[in-house]
Amino acid sequence: MDKAFKQHTLLIIFIVVAFIYICRLFYLQIIDDSYFLSAQNNVLQEQTIYPARGLVYDRNGELLVYNDAIYDLSVMPEQVKDLDTLAFCKVLNITKEDFIKKFERLKHQKGYAPWKPCVFERQITIPTYAAFQERLFDFQGFFVEVRTDRKYKHNNAAHVMGYIGEVTDKDIEKSDGYYRMGDFIGISGVERTYEKELGGKKGTRYVLVDSKSRSQGRYKNGEFDTPAVAGKNINLSIDYRLQQLGEDLLTNKTGSVVALEPKTGEILALVSSPSYNPNLLIGRDRGKKYMELLRDPMKPLFNRTLAAPYPPGSIFKILMSLTGQQENVLTPNTAYGCHHGYMFVGCHPHGSPLPLRPAIAVSCNAYFCQVYRSIVNNPKYKHAEDAYNQFYKHISSFGMGSKLGVDLYGEGSGFLPKATFYDKIYGRYRWQATTTISLGIGQGELGITPLQMANATATVANRGYYIVPHIVRRIEGKRNPNTLYQTKHWTTIDTAYFPVVIEGMQDVIEHGTAYVARIPGISIAGKTGTAQNPHGKDHSIFFAFAPVENPKIAIAVVIENAGFGATWAAPIASLMIEQYLTGKHDTRKDLKERMIKGNLNHRNDTTATQTQ
Amino acid sequence: MTPLQPKPSSIDWITLLLYFIFITIGLLSVYASVYVESKPMIWDTSMNYGKQLIWIFISVFIGLLILLIDEKFFYAFAYPIYGITIFLLLLVLAIGTTVKGSSSWIEIGGFRMQPAEFAKFGTALALAKYLSGYNKNFEKKRRDQYISAAIILAPMAIILLQNETGSTLVFFSFIFVLYREGLPGWILFAGLVLGVLAILALLVPAMYIMIGLAVVALVFLLMVRRTKSLVLITMGMLLFAGVLVNSIDYVFQNVLQAHQRTRINVLLGKEVDIKGAGYNVQQSKIAIGSGGFWGKGFLQGTQNKFRFVPEQSTDFIFCTIGEEYGFVGSVIFIALYVYLLYRLLMMAERQRLKFNRIYGYSVVSILFFHFLINVGMTLGLMPVIGIPLPFFSYGGSALLSFTVLLFIFIRLDANRVNELKSF
Repeated sequence: MDKAFKQHTLLIIFIVVAFIYICRLFYLQIIDDSYFLSAQNNVLQEQTIYPARGLVYDRNGELLVYNDAIYDLSVMPEQVKDLDTLAFCKVLNITKEDFIKKFERLKHQKGYAPWKPCVFERQITIPTYAAFQERLFDFQGFFVEVRTDRKYKHNNAAHVMGYIGEVTDKDIEKSDGYYRMGDFIGISGVERTYEKELGGKKGTRYVLVDSKSRSQGRYKNGEFDTPAVAGKNINLSIDYRLQQLGEDLLTNKTGSVVALEPKTGEILALVSSPSYNPNLLIGRDRGKKYMELLRDPMKPLFNRTLAAPYPPGSIFKILMSLTGQQENVLTPNTAYGCHHGYMFVGCHPHGSPLPLRPAIAVSCNAYFCQVYRSIVNNPKYKHAEDAYNQFYKHISSFGMGSKLGVDLYGEGSGFLPKATFYDKIYGRYRWQATTTISLGIGQGELGITPLQMANATATVANRGYYIVPHIVRRIEGKRNPNTLYQTKHWTTIDTAYFPVVIEGMQDVIEHGTAYVARIPGISIAGKTGTAQNPHGKDHSIFFAFAPVENPKIAIAVVIENAGFGATWAAPIASLMIEQYLTGKHDTRKDLKERMIKGNLNHRNDTTATQTQ
Repeated sequence: MTPLQPKPSSIDWITLLLYFIFITIGLLSVYASVYVESKPMIWDTSMNYGKQLIWIFISVFIGLLILLIDEKFFYAFAYPIYGITIFLLLLVLAIGTTVKGSSSWIEIGGFRMQPAEFAKFGTALALAKYLSGYNKNFEKKRRDQYISAAIILAPMAIILLQNETGSTLVFFSFIFVLYREGLPGWILFAGLVLGVLAILALLVPAMYIMIGLAVVALVFLLMVRRTKSLVLITMGMLLFAGVLVNSIDYVFQNVLQAHQRTRINVLLGKEVDIKGAGYNVQQSKIAIGSGGFWGKGFLQGTQNKFRFVPEQSTDFIFCTIGEEYGFVGSVIFIALYVYLLYRLLMMAERQRLKFNRIYGYSVVSILFFHFLINVGMTLGLMPVIGIPLPFFSYGGSALLSFTVLLFIFIRLDANRVNELKSF
């Protein structure tokens, strides 16, 4: 091609492009006035449509949590023009100073932009809303957004349900822009773990408004709108009546009850006392009420069932019996004598010597110290550490010492000491069974949460496996899809070793330490525990499952500073088992009354936070 | 040959003046597009315009520094500069920060920069140096053609990996440079036709395209003197086009993944995405259209005030001009821009050194490509490809790199009188 032409090709292209663009401009700006009109008259407003949060039911379909409409007064700062501040303040019932302060505060919020809507006044009352709606046209730039807040039908199960609250800056950042300042998010309980399911999805509506904020209809017939997707409804595995009974029984006591369905790992009741009324943490005063609860010395916000570690006391003897058999150092016929204790561990008067089954029934301390000694000083292993590692393996296979993976926020792992823990204290190869003998009877460094205790009972009830405890049974009518909650976790204990232990546990109820828990016609297997507590009176502990042949409920009860396991924990468990299995809870009126009325909290400053 | 008689060793003041006019209008447009009443100070660095002002100072300062550097520096250091830009591009791949889906940013302190911007003048320098080297002949030698292509394709490939489609496409502008240096015209034409066909293939069913092409071929054959070979060639081309159109359709439907398809569809305006391409263009057209003949005046644009046009201070900056200065202002803007391009083209042609000319051509081509795509996009004539309008759009790396790109050429041009002596 000719060079002179090449030199001018680009120039020709420039001129052609410029010509085309100018023609296009002429068309857009002068000929076609539809663009002109659509820009001149209308202003596009982006409105958020908040979805309804999913409802929460108990396992029998009893409604627990629902939604309530609230009205937020929002403002698009840039569109505020010629505002009659006085009239505005009068409607809202605030002073002019308040108004100025509020506006200033808005401007310093993170993510503030004059063209972005933000909440000016949260949750205005319905009369204010009505008054405001009447004069909406006078207050350009302001509008009302409807959202939903939670309402709790009953005043129970606060720790299970949790609560929702406004998102933090961190949540906003993590959500990649989905959450906006002032949006609600689940903060604890089911609301938190199932935020994705319950929360639904926000929608957007584009509305054209004229310069006086009057709606001119949908933008492009809603072509760009996205509908809100409502949250999914959830069925908890909680049995509401059982939960309520548990909370009643724990009135004025500090402690926990965890009840599981052994075959499925479903949590039937999760009581942590003291608790609070979930309806406190809704509405405008949420923050204030929350601070009050936080400052309460009884710690009503703390979920003891999941996070509080206790020495399990004598209920640990069940695990010792199983571990001893598995390690071949114990048979049902092994008998040890008891002379009111073993070394420095005391024991109460009972027959001696005893084989395994009656030793469980009378909860002989000396017996289980001997069992622990024979496990850890097992001559099969060169060092006590190696034998202890076996012990650790078996006990941890029941889910002790680590988080189980429950679908609630705030689970603790408890504490099950490893061999290295003692190495650090005594030095390597410098300790053996007698050094750590108190583990044999569930004392010492052990820390087991009530959930882990209940899980251990369920494991015994299942003769060797457990399914991770969980609180959500169905989501939108379908089974909880998390495979963790469908998998059997087998312990390292052979199924063959369970029957004799379970027989011993039955004896505990029939004629042993927990005779008080006996229910005619129902076979129960259980074990009491009395955990020594350096800070005060012993903790009263009991775990049990029933019916023995086909376990439907496994339960663990811990009552702090209440003395013997048989005094408080066992009767409470018994009443709850009866309620769950028969639907009756007043066959033993006196016992029930006595349990409810017992006030074990010696402080009197908790009135505001009690469930009742 | 050149219509402009060079004055002895001097800077091209007109280009410099145009540059300053552009960055001033650019700053005012950024100001108008993100203006809020509560922060009216143009030097308020919490707002985009304040930041842009800082970048203008930095850019002008560096631009003036470039004018003080010896012109031989650019020739001597062309390859090292290219090497550094390639290295930065690779670095981004390793440690880049992702902004709006493209991982092309490096963050140092509070500052973000986009090495893809700097790769443009790096590549221009390297290409100019290579082709002006001793005994190099782009028109005749295969080897020179391949190496030239490699110099251009290397940064393109890396930028494409950064998911920065817009910047990748900019490198296609080098085809104009190669054309000037001897690439046959039919390749330029064929490339253009192929591009159009590819886009058409995705927009329109293959059947219609084939019918259209057949009609064109028929008309062509009716109008010219038909020889046997010409008929065969025409038929062959028609067949080739048919295969191409169908295979693009096939690849699009069966090879690409769903999200890639969506992205391309949005790019072509077939799918509408509320926060994305289709919406932007619609709003952009409304904004420009509402400007009318005289425009609404400075800071009076309602469209931009209510932030209808997303990205208005960056990729859609022309909306502000269209809305606030109307048809008159827009035409003046286009005239000035094309005048700058024309001026640079003439400057490139008046160079006696091949290095200077190739570099100058690169500058013109890159600026033109940006202008073509960016303004075309806001007018709804081009697909939405996120590339800035040089000297106008908000954005530090872009402003700085365009300044460096331009000022190196001004420096090279200023020396054209002495160049016989100096080399």
